[in-house]
Amino acid sequence: MQVRQAAACTALRFDYGDGRNGGTRRSKTDKGNARMAGASNRPISPHLQIWKWGPAMLVSILHRVSGDGLSIVGMAVLVWWLGALAGGDATYLNFTRHAGEWYGQIVLIGLTWAFFNHTASGIRHLVLDIGAGYELKNNAVWSVLTPLIALALTGATWAYVLLR
Amino acid sequence: MGNGTNIGRVRALGSAHSGTKHWLAMRFTSVALLVLGFWLLFALIGLPDLAFKTVKTWAAQPLSATGLALLVIASFWHSQMGLQELIEDYVHEHANKYACLTLLNLAAVAGTAFGLFAIVRIALGAAA
Repeated sequence: MQVRQAAACTALRFDYGDGRNGGTRRSKTDKGNARMAGASNRPISPHLQIWKWGPAMLVSILHRVSGDGLSIVGMAVLVWWLGALAGGDATYLNFTRHAGEWYGQIVLIGLTWAFFNHTASGIRHLVLDIGAGYELKNNAVWSVLTPLIALALTGATWAYVLLR
Repeated sequence: MGNGTNIGRVRALGSAHSGTKHWLAMRFTSVALLVLGFWLLFALIGLPDLAFKTVKTWAAQPLSATGLALLVIASFWHSQMGLQELIEDYVHEHANKYACLTLLNLAAVAGTAFGLFAIVRIALGAAA
């Protein structure tokens, strides 16, 4: 009984009202704090696996995935392309040969999607920054539309490139 | 609260006083990239073909070279800030985080330098 009371004192439990439960987990910082002050079992903020999925989460995650994809793969390809162009005919031919292979096409189509997705959700962020678009329905609608617009623009771009 | 001493809470955990600058720079570069990204896309799609001579002739023009240089600067800057957020979110161990951020900054500066050098060489043309 004493033990249970102590647990109830130090451990806040997240109740979502639908039977799920945030539980109490500890992070590294938590352990650090515990070491410092002797506190234990502090609650941390709820994380991915206990949130109910919604469109705003999806668009946020896709924004990060496409942004970091562009930052790592996209910047490497940009620098390679510029370097190949500066190097002359032979190095440029080497670049376009790789770009034309199936794996090169996958990377380029992926980067096109990442560009459009990050641009679309980036514009969404700029709109949210001025304080607009937080109404639940409005927010959900644009969260769904953003990745769909990106897919449509990717398809349109490559249809134009491949069919012209 | 009652969790930790004041100095413990502040040391490496308090405000760095540079968050606003990071946030604003992220927005400024994002607007720049919105323009430059679509400019590059339409420019490349608009070329009659993507052969070496065509692309190089286009890229060597003053306006194209300037646009490409701005694109290299803005995109590496924006990427560096974005990846910094990724590292700060997921790499918690202090030494690892420091190493990752150091590597990131070196790579961003090196990439920018190489990109700009390549553009200068394309525009001013040492090699064929």
